[in-house]
Amino acid sequence: MSTKVVMEALSPTMEEGRLVEWKKQEGDAVAVGDVLAEVETDKAVMELVARAGGTLLKQVVQAGTTVPVSELVAVIGEPGEKVEAPVGRGDGQAAPAKKPAPKAEAAEEPPAAPPGGPAAAGNGPPAAAPRPAAAPAASRSAGRVKASPLARRMAAERGIDISAVAGSGPEGRVVARDVEGSRPAVAGAAAAVRAPAVRGPAGQPYQDVPLTQIRKTIARRLAQSIGPIPTFYLTTEVDMERAREAREALLEAGGEKVSLNDIVIKAVAMALRQHPVCNAWWQDDHIRYWNEVHVSMAVAMEEGLITPVIRHTDLKSLREIAAESRDLAGRARERKLAPEEYTGGTFSVSNLGMLDIDEFTAVINPPEAGIVAVGRMAERPVVHEGAVAIRRRMRLTMSCDHRMIDGATGARFLQTLKGMLENPLAMVY
Amino acid sequence: MAIVTYRDALNHALREEMERDPDVFLMGEEVGVYQGAYKVSRGLLEEFGSMRVVDTPITELGFAGVGVGAAMVGLRPVIEFMTWNFALLAIDQLVNSAAKMRYMSGGQVGVPAVFRGPGGSALQLASQHSQAFESYYAHIPGLKVVMPATPADAKGLLKSAIRDDDPVVFIEGEMLYNTRGEVPEGEHVVPLGQADVKRSGGDVTIVCHSKTVSLALKAAEDLAGEGIEAEIVDLRTIRPLDTETVLNSVARTHRCVVAEEGWPFAGIGAQVVDTIQHEVFDELDAPVLRVTGADVPMPYNKHLERAAKVDAGKIVAAVNEVLYRERDE
Repeated sequence: MSTKVVMEALSPTMEEGRLVEWKKQEGDAVAVGDVLAEVETDKAVMELVARAGGTLLKQVVQAGTTVPVSELVAVIGEPGEKVEAPVGRGDGQAAPAKKPAPKAEAAEEPPAAPPGGPAAAGNGPPAAAPRPAAAPAASRSAGRVKASPLARRMAAERGIDISAVAGSGPEGRVVARDVEGSRPAVAGAAAAVRAPAVRGPAGQPYQDVPLTQIRKTIARRLAQSIGPIPTFYLTTEVDMERAREAREALLEAGGEKVSLNDIVIKAVAMALRQHPVCNAWWQDDHIRYWNEVHVSMAVAMEEGLITPVIRHTDLKSLREIAAESRDLAGRARERKLAPEEYTGGTFSVSNLGMLDIDEFTAVINPPEAGIVAVGRMAERPVVHEGAVAIRRRMRLTMSCDHRMIDGATGARFLQTLKGMLENPLAMVY
Repeated sequence: MAIVTYRDALNHALREEMERDPDVFLMGEEVGVYQGAYKVSRGLLEEFGSMRVVDTPITELGFAGVGVGAAMVGLRPVIEFMTWNFALLAIDQLVNSAAKMRYMSGGQVGVPAVFRGPGGSALQLASQHSQAFESYYAHIPGLKVVMPATPADAKGLLKSAIRDDDPVVFIEGEMLYNTRGEVPEGEHVVPLGQADVKRSGGDVTIVCHSKTVSLALKAAEDLAGEGIEAEIVDLRTIRPLDTETVLNSVARTHRCVVAEEGWPFAGIGAQVVDTIQHEVFDELDAPVLRVTGADVPMPYNKHLERAAKVDAGKIVAAVNEVLYRERDE
């Protein structure tokens, strides 16, 4: 009895995945839990794991192929077992999926039935019995979405198509948290920091490069963001002398290296505590004001960006934030973040200062209410205590979702943030 | 409030009701001179005399029948079974006489009797003496089934049971007699048919009764350490079941675990789950799970016995499952 291996939904928003590399070759012995292949999802490179043991009989797709979720990618079975020409979609690995009884339209299906069919088929005939002439229509077996009653109701209330939500429950069941998570998601923040090096052979006017999963997701998310979200921008310039002094004192004291960005993240978290109106999610029919502060930080990757979240940012020390942001950014660049590490933020910070940007506007990371774009710290002539002086200055631009934040509200938040950076003691006051 | 044992709370309820109503009397094995196998009737023979505190022979069917007859002619008997394991011999009187009399007499004759005694397992009393029989009686139209988990509920519910005009099966927790708790001073009556939220929480509902209440509270404490807030609904009365309290809780938490000491098949939890799936289907984010005693005769071996019984760890595991937590780790 062979078992079909299908492309699994490995992230909450994944609709298709690119099979990067096979880790098991045809003929290899496979145990439950073995990594069969690496799959690039819309956000990370993750592992496709065997749900059944035996021998990898067939790799249905080549490495490099992009495969929709629940499409067949491989077959596992007994050594020597024959695999006939596959076979369209799988019915899910070893899942006791209820198969629709073959009906008239089954005649449109290819007549070749895969040998044995899926393991553990719920109500199929015994293996020895002759199978019906046609395999069950794949689209229909894949079309039945497993979801908890609550998840279905929430999806209906919010106008979410539940079949587009990836389930995190047993056998891919869509549960409440998946519906909640289907709105707050990933991208947002600043534009990609560094374009991938695209160099075609000389003489060609252009080169077509297929969209990667992450690029598709960014496009979809950002368009979604800039379209329906009425955004306005507030800019202020901050005197960074004291923050810099504080940082240098910390560096001299040794221990975790605290960056200016870490100080900004901490200040944002503490300012959000004072301005909970800005620490909110737009939920279509309501606004969710968060009592917890989880700051997302935009991290540039080789290609694209991701916003890992520092949970409970306001409760963490600068030292903890520094350690965590370094760890998250490092793993983000290696694309080793788990989905829960880059979802669930309540406010974002994006920093292009290290790339000599004086100031910029960042795109809101929905459903969050705002994002602060951090420019570079630069020495500028300013009037300080009645005389022109050279001071280190930094510009902050806050993008605000006007549905939640009004002009004065955002300005007051920014004022608090500025005050904290200009007098870092205010953070712990 | 006074701190009282469960045993004494029952004793106080009996004494107060016998003082209040001369029709109330206690009958059973060893209830008089020996003052009760579990000392629930301590001092009652001395106070009320042998007409109202009656020692019987070891004849469960016989004295249960006498109790039904006494109730039919207007008295309010409290019939003590030394344990509900022994009451199997008397079940015909409960099911065929007590439960049916009002219906079959066209409403002319009621049976205001209370049948009480310890149920459930204790420690190494083996298969025949370690049984939770509440589902036997809850199955029967015409019987009310009451199972207090705390001293305060023991007192308040026994008083209500004695005053009730229909037969009440009152199952005490054998392992609860020594437990202590606050009992309100003075007249304390808990109405039948009302569950009690013993702990509030928003993440999961744990429905329980009798001995499993303390286990659920322990589980809730462990879960709170992991940031999970469990709501503990103590049914208190198995029948009539307070579905409203259960459903209100599940509608808020969206996840539910039902714990009971008895066997799984056709258990109390099965009835609770049926009500939940029927009434608040759209609120559920996970199948309701049950935690029950193992589906075997209770082993005598103490390790096997421990494995067969519900404990807090099994409740925690079920909660993690309905919260889909094992996949997060």
